This record gives sequence, structure tokens and C-alpha cells, in this order.
Amino acid sequence: MSIEAVPTGGADPGQSSVLEVEELAVTFTRRGEAATRAVDGVSFAVAAGETIGLVGESGCGKSVTSLAIMGLLPRRGVQVSGSVRFGGTELVGAADRTLRELRGADMAMVFQDPLSSLNPTVPIGTQVTEVLVEHEDLNRKQATAEAIDLLDRVGIPDPARRLKEYPHQLSGGMRQRALIAMALACSPRLLIADEPTTALDVTIQAQILELLRELVQGSGTALVMITHDLGVVAGLCDRVHVMYAGKIIESADRHDLFARPRQPYTGGLLASVPRLDAGRGTPLTPIRGSARDAIPWAEGCAFAPRCDNAQDDCLTEVSGSTVPLEYDGPGRELRCRHPLTHPPVASGATASGAAR
Amino acid sequence: MLRFILRRLVQLVPILLGLSILLFAWLRALPGGPAQAALGERATPEAIARYNELFGLDQPLYVQYFRFLGRAVQLDFGSSAQTGRPVTTEFLERMPGTIELTLFAMVFAIGVGIPLGYLAARKHGSWLDSTSVIGSLLGVAIPVFFLAYLLRLLFAVQLGWLPGSGRQDVRMDATRITNFYVLDGLLTREWDAAWDAVLHLVLPAIALGTIPLAIIVRITRASVLDVVNEDYVRTANAKGLATRTVRRRHILRNALLPVSTTIGLQTGLLLSGAVLTETVFAFGGVGSALRDAIFTRDFAVLQGFILLLAVVYVLVNLLVDISYGLLDPRVRVR
Amino acid sequence: MSAPTRPRPGDARRTRIDELAARAGQVPEGEGGVSLTKSAFRRLRRNPVAILGAVIVVVFLVVAAFAPFLAPRDPLAQTLLSEIRPNSIPGAQEGFPLGVDNLGRDLLSRLVYGSRQSLLIGVVSTVLGVIVGMALGVLAGAFGGWVDTVVMRFVDILLSIPSLLMAISISVLLGQNQYALMIAIAVTQIPVFARLLRGSMLVQRSSDYALAARALGVRKSRIVFGHVLPNSLSPVIVQTTLSLATAIIEAAALSFLGLGDPDLARPEWGAMLANAQAFLSIRPELAVYPALCIIVVALGFTLLGESLREALDPKFRR
Repeated sequence: MSIEAVPTGGADPGQSSVLEVEELAVTFTRRGEAATRAVDGVSFAVAAGETIGLVGESGCGKSVTSLAIMGLLPRRGVQVSGSVRFGGTELVGAADRTLRELRGADMAMVFQDPLSSLNPTVPIGTQVTEVLVEHEDLNRKQATAEAIDLLDRVGIPDPARRLKEYPHQLSGGMRQRALIAMALACSPRLLIADEPTTALDVTIQAQILELLRELVQGSGTALVMITHDLGVVAGLCDRVHVMYAGKIIESADRHDLFARPRQPYTGGLLASVPRLDAGRGTPLTPIRGSARDAIPWAEGCAFAPRCDNAQDDCLTEVSGSTVPLEYDGPGRELRCRHPLTHPPVASGATASGAAR
Repeated sequence: MLRFILRRLVQLVPILLGLSILLFAWLRALPGGPAQAALGERATPEAIARYNELFGLDQPLYVQYFRFLGRAVQLDFGSSAQTGRPVTTEFLERMPGTIELTLFAMVFAIGVGIPLGYLAARKHGSWLDSTSVIGSLLGVAIPVFFLAYLLRLLFAVQLGWLPGSGRQDVRMDATRITNFYVLDGLLTREWDAAWDAVLHLVLPAIALGTIPLAIIVRITRASVLDVVNEDYVRTANAKGLATRTVRRRHILRNALLPVSTTIGLQTGLLLSGAVLTETVFAFGGVGSALRDAIFTRDFAVLQGFILLLAVVYVLVNLLVDISYGLLDPRVRVR
Repeated sequence: MSAPTRPRPGDARRTRIDELAARAGQVPEGEGGVSLTKSAFRRLRRNPVAILGAVIVVVFLVVAAFAPFLAPRDPLAQTLLSEIRPNSIPGAQEGFPLGVDNLGRDLLSRLVYGSRQSLLIGVVSTVLGVIVGMALGVLAGAFGGWVDTVVMRFVDILLSIPSLLMAISISVLLGQNQYALMIAIAVTQIPVFARLLRGSMLVQRSSDYALAARALGVRKSRIVFGHVLPNSLSPVIVQTTLSLATAIIEAAALSFLGLGDPDLARPEWGAMLANAQAFLSIRPELAVYPALCIIVVALGFTLLGESLREALDPKFRR
């Protein structure tokens, strides 16, 4: 599945990449305030049928990244630079028309809060059919039939009746299923899911993830999963990019990442998740502080103020530039000067070889 | 939906009852009491005594109230001390004029207000936006009757573009059917009469509509600015819908919900404003009659008109509620 | 950093980061640490609209307070009578910067003195409306249950009468004097404040912090008066400011309808404006100046109120 030793970029720079993001940067400027760089030189790629995870705390820039890819950021006060290539088309700076034609048809998105993401005054049916009417050459009748089929596929019982209902009449899980139906209506090549389960109950979360997996697996759709929840990553993603303060700080295959996290931040994230196999009484070790404590990358490693491994050179610019994202073994990249080290055979945890 | 309407109707009963109690108390508390109110200020003591006996005003209060209520339900409010005609007849004759005026004012306010507010929001921060914000603040601060006088002075007296008083040129001698002059003109195919009535409505309607206009512009603008940032608008864009569809189905439709509530709330303001505007333009509606009644202390007209106007107001609010239920599915279900 | 305490070479740098972290932890404005009132005030001071509104209101207050020193003449003294004809009233001239009215009284002095009466009517009627309305609102909001039902039904009935009709009814009832005018306007404000406070209290009462306080066993009266009420006040403050504008305009309307203060010794903008309508075609200035005064002052209160709303609304706090 994964390619050996790729020095730059994402997993697979070859022909099969659906999406290639290179050096994507997003800067917000508000009048009278200093500009903030929410996304800062992010590069990754997604191949058809692949699922990747963008992981990080809220405010790390993962959602902004997804909105930038979709071209959904407001024009005013936002500068996007770098490159987003979608099936060979450059999306950064593309015409609104081009983007509208791609969105919904070839690239789709599922959002975090299903209630607020659905229009409260328009029936579910219309909200599903409008995508079909817009992008496929269907009349209203055909679109309705197709919508019934779609709702059925995402597991909404009695779809014909649900079409006439309004979002507030559905349960949270049903709403998210409806949103997924809208996203998948035109069988897009790329689906971005921005925290699709965060607003849902735990049992529903699992169902929705299972549904996403099924839908994506059959169709060869590339899936970008944006989440702060490592549980989601563990169950779904082939490759994981961990983001902090607008930059990717560690990339690895799922199993490698879980077995041998190298960035202390990744290690911290893993350590703060309760584990069933950890034994009673083992304390959870949260990461100190919050994402607000990040320092600008120009002044050192953004994570340094919260890092247990931080040394003085994390805060000084030894090389005169930002801490670089570097090759860190087969299929891995790392942005850290003092990474976590793992003994050749990790005790308890599965070694990377065993995981494959 | 029907159940929703029925429930709203039932909820009206206590309000109307309470209204009648208030008005009854008001009538009793008037200097001279209801007899004076019915007979006018210059009534002789004998006449008042006769009236009191006739209408059982020597009876206990609750009996009096029920009699009052009984008469009110039959729309019997006595006769005007000035004209001697029944109050209800006068009201029904004059109400069409006021309805025409308020409708025109509302059409003006909505027709100009919503597009202007929407444009201001879309061009957020532009000169159009700032102008409409300043204008809407000014519009609320101007006393209605002063604006009415200014318009009349400028466009009727000085420039002579539009008629400045009355509902129709008296020389028209138009046929009356419903007392809605514009409608009458259309029904009888007296086109010139209808057009003349419309011309007579222009200035008063603009004067009366200015405050609602200012408020509608502001609410529409704020509401559109709110809705544009909603998640579902982002979803609509993520679906790659045409800009037109996003604007119409997803932005405007939701943005107009608070606007429609506001429009409903304006009816009270309009009825209040109508009293002032009609006075300035000598517009023969309910408002100018009410003003005359204040000056002549015609209590019979005052009490009848106030109660009837309050009922109209309550009914209009009911209509607004219902239309709100039609617009927002969430209200309907509750 | 579980850093050892011995001094290390990078300490200066560390301190700098700690500073940065401290600054980052502090939200730019409001929220963490800074009280609502303080942050609201700070935002008000930065808002040019608020400043304009405040300046207008302050100028108005100063003029009202120092009217006797500011007015060039006695507002009641009749002068230039010989020059007043049925179809001409003398305009601006030496000693009369704005001319005189139809009875030969100096217009500027009357405007200056008129601010007092307008201010008095506006403030008294609004304060009256706020007090009674808030009492009703607190009653309904604090007790809930049948008290709430009864109070709110009463308020609904009051609301079912268009405000000017209500004011007219009360003026007719109480006769023609300045107190009747104030009470009439006050009564129209009562239902607004009652509803507002009750609604805002209901929201606060079911909020998580009120629930938490209840779960901690805090006495109900303490929750209501110590937490819920103070937190519900901001919409009332905003509405009070806006109501001052409405009250002044409504007073003018009542004057125009012949229900104003009949005492000629007290010049008042509304009455001046109403009175001047008769001379509009001869000397429109007689109407225009008092109207401008009303508009500017009403605008001042409106601007202040709107920017207060913005400053106090948590939605706007960034």
C-alpha cells in the first residue's frame, strides 16, 4: 500500500493521486490586526481509494486546510498560496465557475455539525435533489428517485417519507447520513469529512464511520478525514498527517504512527487517549497547556512551550530557518529536533513490522 | 396547519376579554363617566341621569361590565356626539381608507426595504451599505408628522406634483362600492378615479412607510449578514450550487424569517403613524377621525375606535403569526 | 516543561515564551479575565458611532443643564411684535440669531430652554416605564408558574393596543398636563420592558450556570437576584437608551395631536413643532429647527443604544 521512502510530499506522487496539495498556506488579515497564518506550507497527496487523516487539536489549521482545498474560504481578508491540484486541475486561484462545477460533483465535503449544516427551511429531499439537478442532467422526477435511492444507501429508513421532512425532524445521526448522501450524490472522486462524528453520540459515531468506510471502499473515492480523534484515525485511515499550528509535524502510516510516534506532540496525543490494554490505575498523561500557547514557527518549534522533550535549540533558529519536515525512515516524515526514541523492539506495543 | 391556526384563534379570546375590561375601566374612569362619554361634554345633568338609568349605570359594576361587553360584541358603541351617526358605521366607512394607506405604506416599505437591505449586506462595507445604515438610523429618528408635512410642502404645495390632501379629487364623483377607492375605481372601470386615488396615496404612504422602511432595511441587512455565515450556506456552496440558487433558496429564504416577524411588529407602528399621517394629509381615514375626536372630546368615537383598532391590530398580528408558520417549518410543528 | 530550576543558557528566551504564552492565553478582548462591563466599555470607546452618540447626548444634557446661561434671551418675552404680520414673521436678525416665533419669542432661546422639557419628559417617562416594566418582568421571570402566566397575559393585553392609541387613551383620561403626558408615554413602554426582562431572565434561568448554582444548593432568591437578574440586564440597558429616543418623538406626536403640555410657560420642542405647522408656508424654520433638535437628540440616543447593543451582545465579542 505505501511507497518506500518518499523524501517529499505525501504518500504517492504518482499518477493515481486524486489530490495533491503542495505548500498550501492560508493567511487571514483583518483590518487593524496582525495577519495570522492559519495554514503554513502544508503538503500531502491522496490517491484514489485511499483514506488519509489530518489530525490535530482545534485551531491547528486542519479545517482551514479543507476549506482552502474546496475553495470555500471567504475572499475578503484571506490569502491562499501554494498549489492544490485536483485531478490535474489547479484549484488555487481558479475561477469561481470552475470551482462550482467541481464542488458537489467531483469533490464533496461533509461537515461537523449536521444540524447547522442543513438548511432548516428546506425539506431534506430538496437539499439532496438540488445537487443532482445542478450537476447531473436529471429532471426533478429522476432526481427524486435517485435521492430515494441515495437515502436508502446511507441507511435512512423509509426514504420516500424522509424526503419531505425538515432537518429538525430527523435525529442527529440521520441528519449526518443525509449530509453524506448529499456529498456522495454525484459519486465524487474526493470526499473531505471535517470532524463528521464529533457532534454525534458515541454509538452513532461508530455507525457513521462504518458507513463512510463502506461507501468509500466500494467506489474508489479518496477520503480526507479531518479529526482530533485518534480513535477515528485508528479505524479508518491508511495514512495520517499530524498538524500543529498550521504545519504538518509528522506523517506516517497508521500502524507506524500508533506503534512508534516520533513527534512528542503525537506521543502526547496518544498518551492522552485512554486504552483498554493499559492496565488499571495507569494515569492518563495529557499534554500541558493548549493550542493557544504555540509560538510562531519563525521563532522555533511551535510546540516547544508545551513539549517535555524541548531543548534550548528548539527555541533558537540553529539553521536559520523553520524546523524542517524531514525524512524519518521509510514512509515517514517528521518535524522535530528531539523526537521520541523507541527501543528496537517496543515493549508491549506492536512493532511496526508486526502491524503490517 | 389548521390546528396551529385554531390554537392561535383560541389564544385570542383572553386577550380580547382583557382588552374589553381595560376599556371598560377606562370608560368608567373618564371624567364624567360613560354617560358623559356617550352624550358628549355639553350634556345636561338631566340627560346624564336619564342615560344612567336607561343603561343601568346604577347597577353593580359586574352587571354594567357584562352589558358593556354585550353591546361591544354587537359592535354597538353608541353614536358620535359630533355627527350623531353610529360609531361603528363611521368606523366601517373610514377603515377602508386606512387599510389602503397602510397597505400602500407597507408595500413601499417592503418593496424598497428588503432589496435595499439585501444589497447593503452583499456590498458590506461599501458606500451603499454605509448610506443605508445612516439612512435607516435617521428614518427612525424623524417624527412621522414632520416628515409628512415636509413631503406635503415640497411635493404638493411647492412643486405641485402630487395631491396633498384627501383620498380622491372631490370633483371625480366616483362610484362607491367598497369604500376602498382604488378598488372601487377598478371594479367600476373608472380608471381615472382609481389612478387619482393612487396618486392621493403616494405621499401619505411614503411618509407613513418611512419608519418601517428604515427598520426593514436594518433588519434585512443584519439578517443577511448573519445567514451568510451560517454552516448551511457553506454546505450549499460545497455542493457547487449555482450562486443564484444559493442566494435564493439558502440565504434569502432564511434571512427573511426575522424580517417577516419585524414586518408583523410594524402594524402597531403603522396604525399609530396613520393617525398622524392622515391628519397632515386630511386623509379621510380612521386616523384623522380619531384626531378630530380627541379635539372635540367625542368619547363615544374614541372608545369605539380604540377598541375596534385594537381588534384589527390583534387580528393582523394573528395573520402575521400564521404566515410566519407557513415560512418556517419549525414554528408549525411546535 | 518539567524544567529543573538551575539557570540555563536559554532562560531569557524561555521567559520570552512564557510571556508570549501568557499573552496567547488571554483572548484579545473580553472573555478570559476581563469583565463584561469592562470589555463592553472598552469596545464602546473604540466605536466612532458610540462616540458620536455620546457626544450628542452630552451636548444635549449640557444645554439642558445650563439653559439659563446659554439662552441669549428670555424665552417667554415677546418682542418685535410690531413686525409680525399674518403672512410674515421676522427671520434671523441682529440679536435674534434664528428669528422669533409667531408670538415674537426668540426661537433660539426657546430651543435652548425646550431641551429641558424634552429631557424631563424623556427621562421621567422612560424611568417610570423601566421601573414598572422591570418589576413586572422580574415578577414573571423570577417566580414563573401562574404568576408568570398572569403577568404576561396582562402585558400581552397592553401590547395589543398600538402605542399611540394607548398614549391617547391615557392622556384623555388624565387630562392635559405634563404629568399625563409622561405617564401616557411611560405606560406604552411598560410592556416592552416587562417582556424583554422576562424573556432574558428565562434564558438565564435555564442556563447551565444557574443550574449549576442550584445543584450546589444556592438559595433560589440568591440565584435570581445575585446571578440571573444582573446577567439579564444588558438588553434592558440597551432598550432604555433607545426608549429615550422614542419617548421624545412620541411626546412630540402627542403634542401634535393636541394632547401635549398646555402650559405655555414651558417651551417644549414637540409643542413648538406642532405649533409651527400652521406657519409652515410662511416660515418653515419655525418647524424645521425644533424638528432638527428632536431628530438629532433621538439619533444620539439611538446611536448610543445601538452601539451599546453591539458592545454588550456576546455574539459580537471577539
